[in-house]
Amino acid sequence: MTTNDQAQAAKKLVKDIKVLCSRASKPLKFMEVCGTHTMAIHESGLKSLLSPEVTLVSGPGCPVCVTEKRFIDHAVLIGKKFDACLVTFGDLIRVPGTFGSLSDFRSQGGLVKIIYSPMDCIDIVSKESPRPVVFLGVGFETTSPTIAATVKTASIKGLTNFFVLPAFKTIHPPLKILASKPDLSGFLLPGHVSAIIGSDCYQYLADTFNKPGVVAGFEALDILIAIRDLVGMASADEARIINDYKRVVRGSGNLAAQALTDEVFEPCDASWRGLGVIPGSGLSFREPYRSFDASRNLLVDVPDAKDDPRCRCSNILTGSLQPDKCGLFGRECTPEQPVGPCMVSSEGTCAAYYKYGTVN
Amino acid sequence: MTGRLIRNTILPRLNRGKLGALPDSVVLNGLGSRIAYTTDSYTVSPLFFPGGNIGSLAIHGTCNDLACSGARPVFLSLGLILEEGLDLSDLENILDSMSEAADQAEVEIVTGDTKVVPKGSADRIFINTSGIGMIEHDSIFGTEFVEVGDEIIVSGPVGNHGMAIMLSRAEFSFDFNIKSDSASIWPVVERLLEIGSGLRFLRDPTRGGLAATLNEIASSACAEIVVDETAIPIDKEVRSASEILGIDPLVAANEGKVVAVVKKGMGHKAVSLMSECELSKGACVIGEISSKKAVRVVMNTRIGGARIMAEPTGELLPRIC
Repeated sequence: MTTNDQAQAAKKLVKDIKVLCSRASKPLKFMEVCGTHTMAIHESGLKSLLSPEVTLVSGPGCPVCVTEKRFIDHAVLIGKKFDACLVTFGDLIRVPGTFGSLSDFRSQGGLVKIIYSPMDCIDIVSKESPRPVVFLGVGFETTSPTIAATVKTASIKGLTNFFVLPAFKTIHPPLKILASKPDLSGFLLPGHVSAIIGSDCYQYLADTFNKPGVVAGFEALDILIAIRDLVGMASADEARIINDYKRVVRGSGNLAAQALTDEVFEPCDASWRGLGVIPGSGLSFREPYRSFDASRNLLVDVPDAKDDPRCRCSNILTGSLQPDKCGLFGRECTPEQPVGPCMVSSEGTCAAYYKYGTVN
Repeated sequence: MTGRLIRNTILPRLNRGKLGALPDSVVLNGLGSRIAYTTDSYTVSPLFFPGGNIGSLAIHGTCNDLACSGARPVFLSLGLILEEGLDLSDLENILDSMSEAADQAEVEIVTGDTKVVPKGSADRIFINTSGIGMIEHDSIFGTEFVEVGDEIIVSGPVGNHGMAIMLSRAEFSFDFNIKSDSASIWPVVERLLEIGSGLRFLRDPTRGGLAATLNEIASSACAEIVVDETAIPIDKEVRSASEILGIDPLVAANEGKVVAVVKKGMGHKAVSLMSECELSKGACVIGEISSKKAVRVVMNTRIGGARIMAEPTGELLPRIC
């Protein structure tokens, strides 16, 4: 499709959306659950096209944003006590902890490596041996299978200096909490996560909560099509789950990846930044793999971490506050000097507002 | 971080007038003829990357700072700080690249200094180059001459250098064929100078990429810039890599590109002059100075929306998927 065709298609979709909106009995507010959608929406200027008829709020789908400060502290304390090599995805290293960020830890002489694929840990482990190598296990269902595969490989190779500090999250438990919010008209469901877990599993949103949901890809047109379908259902008081990302997402998802995660991990309660402890929303190691669990094998005392009480990340992660309404936004909290993780992550809601602003 | 250090710690002590504007290079009068003078230090990891190494970068970077003041690079000084234990063959390769880059740019290294520091006191090799360039025309340009309606041109695809460096860091194992665009841009500037007083401003979009340069122009000209997303040239491979890594090619560094602001109506002529030069065959108009009522960079997106193109901050970090 040429750029001109894309622009024409977008124009028509926006027109259709606005016509459908006029049939709705109340203002329409949808939540995009996934951080990559948040960024794509801002980057493509969709907000400027859909305003004021459709309000889009961001949910808790940015893995860095929902990771607690205490997790950063935990990692740094392990790094210090065991002279461990900490291995992480890039975004995490600037999240402030009680004793500074991982980036600060690195500048003080700590060993912190950034990787893109968890499998890169295997090389690092053999290079650093016998030093313990600790992968910081942050992410949703998209990330956990690749880490499960890495753990299995480490197990087969008999590696004894590889560990994972788990802070994995699963998307359904918080979604169930958010679905009960009366002001949300429906959900733009994640693309990457759904490629693993499928689209059938969201049926409870429609059946139990009477909320429509649409699984969407990440191109601007993908998102506009999904929003048109959401607006269509919400304005007709219909609640169904539609998969608009069929080129990647199947109804049942990726069964092999699900099986891999299930073999290595089991559900556990998890603490979410801004949302507190949500039962069954995390993943911990199953018995045969517990020797890889850094929290069980590299023991440190981790004190409770206090968040800056002025930081409104908790409201932002639940879509109840727009970032620019937070008193710290753009003043004390900027991507260079972040107070909360929503400003750190490249997929964080505050970072998206800061970076792409509001043009109108 | 570096910006704050410069503003709060360095400038208050050393600025006596010319330094305060933080020019890429300073134009000096009263020395017989108009010359431009600049200095830059180079640290890069890895030292060798597709399309160049720290040596060629140290030549091109300083030449380009001179070129952006409209000066033809003539002489360079070279300061080498070498960490004890640096592999001699690495040093030889770096010096060979410098020699080749200097010959191509038609500059001569005329003075230099070498220090070897104990292991751990430097990261293998740091290079400083200072440069003197001759200004052989009467044009004067700067953001103070920028007016509403002026056109903004970029000399070719952006983001290649930053993405090549990012991909060549040991942490990533992707199979992309992206090379740094590191090159001396003087031949491009020389063409642009032919449009005379229609040339308002020049800058090489290095650290922080196109986004940083456009914001810098908006801020120092107190103007709003509007650019068209579909007009900004980005190589296909750079775009794919940026999607995978979650890094915006507009904030990735360039080492062989020019951003030029030219008088309204002269964009086409400037582009056609630049197209005569191999280095800037992909030159195009990407936007304009739209007003002086706001200080910001707005990007009209490919689907007809609009958003801010913010000044980049901090280190480029790949995202968690």
